[in-house]
Amino acid sequence: MTSTATRPAASGPADRPSPERQPRVISFSHRVSKWDLKFSPYLYISPFFIVFAIVGLFPIAYTAVISFQNWDLVRNSGEFVGFDQYIWILQNPQFWTALRNTFSIFLLSTVPQLILAVFIAAMLDRNIRSKTFWRMGVLLPYVMAPVAVALIFSNMFGDNHGLVNNILTDIGLQPIPWHKDPFWSHVAIATMVNFRWTGYNALILLAAMQAIPRDYYEAATVDGAGAFRQFTAITVPSLRPTLIFVIITSTIGGLQIFDEPRMYDNTGEGGAAQQWLTITLFLYNIGWREWNFGRAAALAWILFLIILVIGLISLAVTRRLVRDEGGRGVTAPRRKGFRR
Amino acid sequence: MNSRAFRRSAVAVAAFSASAIVLAGCAGGGGGQPSADPDEPITLTIATFNDFGYTDELLQEYMDEHPNVTIVHNRAAESGDARANYFQKLGKEGLADIEAVEIDWFAEAMQYSDLLAEAPDSVKGRWLDWKEAAATDGDGRLVGFGTDIGPQGICYRADLFEAAGLPSDREGVADLFNGDWENFLDVADQYKEATGKPMIDSANSVLQGIVNQIEYTYTEPDGTVIATDNPEIQAAYELVTERAVPNSAYAGQWSDDWFASMANGEFATMLCPGWMLGVISGNAPDVTGWDIANVFPNGGGNWGGSYLTVPKNGANVDAALALADWLTAPEQQVKAFTNAGTFPSQLKAYEDPTLTDATNEYFNDAPTGEILSERAEAVTVAPYKDASYFKYHDALQNAVTRVFDGVEDEQTSWDTWVAEVQAF
Repeated sequence: MTSTATRPAASGPADRPSPERQPRVISFSHRVSKWDLKFSPYLYISPFFIVFAIVGLFPIAYTAVISFQNWDLVRNSGEFVGFDQYIWILQNPQFWTALRNTFSIFLLSTVPQLILAVFIAAMLDRNIRSKTFWRMGVLLPYVMAPVAVALIFSNMFGDNHGLVNNILTDIGLQPIPWHKDPFWSHVAIATMVNFRWTGYNALILLAAMQAIPRDYYEAATVDGAGAFRQFTAITVPSLRPTLIFVIITSTIGGLQIFDEPRMYDNTGEGGAAQQWLTITLFLYNIGWREWNFGRAAALAWILFLIILVIGLISLAVTRRLVRDEGGRGVTAPRRKGFRR
Repeated sequence: MNSRAFRRSAVAVAAFSASAIVLAGCAGGGGGQPSADPDEPITLTIATFNDFGYTDELLQEYMDEHPNVTIVHNRAAESGDARANYFQKLGKEGLADIEAVEIDWFAEAMQYSDLLAEAPDSVKGRWLDWKEAAATDGDGRLVGFGTDIGPQGICYRADLFEAAGLPSDREGVADLFNGDWENFLDVADQYKEATGKPMIDSANSVLQGIVNQIEYTYTEPDGTVIATDNPEIQAAYELVTERAVPNSAYAGQWSDDWFASMANGEFATMLCPGWMLGVISGNAPDVTGWDIANVFPNGGGNWGGSYLTVPKNGANVDAALALADWLTAPEQQVKAFTNAGTFPSQLKAYEDPTLTDATNEYFNDAPTGEILSERAEAVTVAPYKDASYFKYHDALQNAVTRVFDGVEDEQTSWDTWVAEVQAF
């Protein structure tokens, strides 16, 4: 706040007149250097946008074209069918099951994951011994190959000979139907996702936490605030921008979840009754099992729109929630700033 | 002069380059003019998956006979990878000169039979009738060279059968299972009564066994969909859900638990095509009880097998056809059988003593060559499978799995399948 108020006065008008005051000798090299000043920033960032246009924008547009056709992959041709493919997708009960599963797995993974990540980051932010070791430790699951993770977990979540069920039956409990009941299959898949991404998010949040000025905590301690109060009144509100970033990226990732459900059983089709069929898995089945790329493209666009909507909702919700909760905590230093 | 120099350097590059596929692919786009000179040095690429038994020694034999030919063999890990690659490149560029196609997706490839080169007339009649018929398109063009087939016997655990008070010698078991599927399931009931355990490995393998004996399953050659109205399919579904499900250890095959059970004796029988023998011995190496009986419920049944195809726009179509011809000749297929257990689909191979005298040490020295030959001859029906076959069959297998898992009852699950099929 304070910085935006002061910036125009300090930088803008003071800098601008200086080039005009220079003598008007328009040599070629001078002109080149002027162009250099004007255009080179765009030139420097252009590789990203050129590459993006080729590998990002073009496929997206081409997908839209294919989604209105009955596409034959081998002959590379199709006939125009209008919105038929979209209608087929929306009328297919498997799509709605997949949508339900995607949201269920998304909630089961994102929510505990973020809570846990914030907690772990807060712990790592404290004065603990061998900091680097612990910090690298939480990132370890992230560097493991997803397929290796899925192999380990499929061993744990086997219906008959899985580790978890063996323990449960040993202590006299009923085994859990991991591959039959939708809810339990979602829990198992969400566990894999959490295992992989919690540490990654914790590190991002940790970086944000370390940027919080220590004065706040000292002042709070002097004022008599406990560790928990400091956490809710200082840490969480200061994390707001980072939290928004983390929530948006995990929303997008969560809605595109594919590796884990695909590796969850040997067929990779999402279960006999579509217990853990997610949207991306459904898309893959339509595209690469049935070679029906018209329908797959339509589904890809539907997924794109869903992610867009959910992303906007979660942005709005996060901004609101984090501001409301933390308002009181941050107001004190801010007010101080204004008075100055 | 110029062209000779160019040719020589081209050969050097081709011989040197391990990525000869790329070369073949590029040349293929250029029009694929077959060379007039039969001695011109060429590189042929062949793409297979799993293990076809085409060892380096076998391919070297061909290269010794044809000094101008260099063969580059690319093996995909599994047929699914090969399938994705095949359809993404068919009709475009980048396929090998010879591409192996598994029976599971062969019908899909047959939709594009016009993009495949036709086999020479001289090879016609080499294979079992139904094997060759499946590779012949509507215009009578034979576009696939049959490699192996999967004639099925019954693999059983002799030790577990003995414990259940059932006959355990090969002949006795063959007599026991001699009959229809009802009889097979009666034995399963007996076994369960005696031991309290399921006899069959998976309910869906029984479904597969029954469906592979039905000529018209889900569609008819004129394109009519009969899936949900076909009384034979409904009868198969009812038999499996009512009688095979309670007698099976698993709903389907290939899960981790299923693999583990081959060793720990959770079930006692498996429907066994030739290539399954290797799966069993590989996953239960320490079990001594496995054996194979020369019998199959309701006659014979085939499960699996592959073809070699030659994409029409390849660079060396004629040379590739000659190689495919040689590889799928009875003599070479018997060698492949010795190498990898892929059971020949060629009639003449069944007279070869190397095949007929083959035994399998793991399966209690069973005369597998003789048993599988007889099982191959017992196959009378080749189900009509069009490109949509596996979509329907997959959905029906899911229906059986739902009943097995107790997610839906028999009727509800059938209704779900009907609804699914109507959405296709």
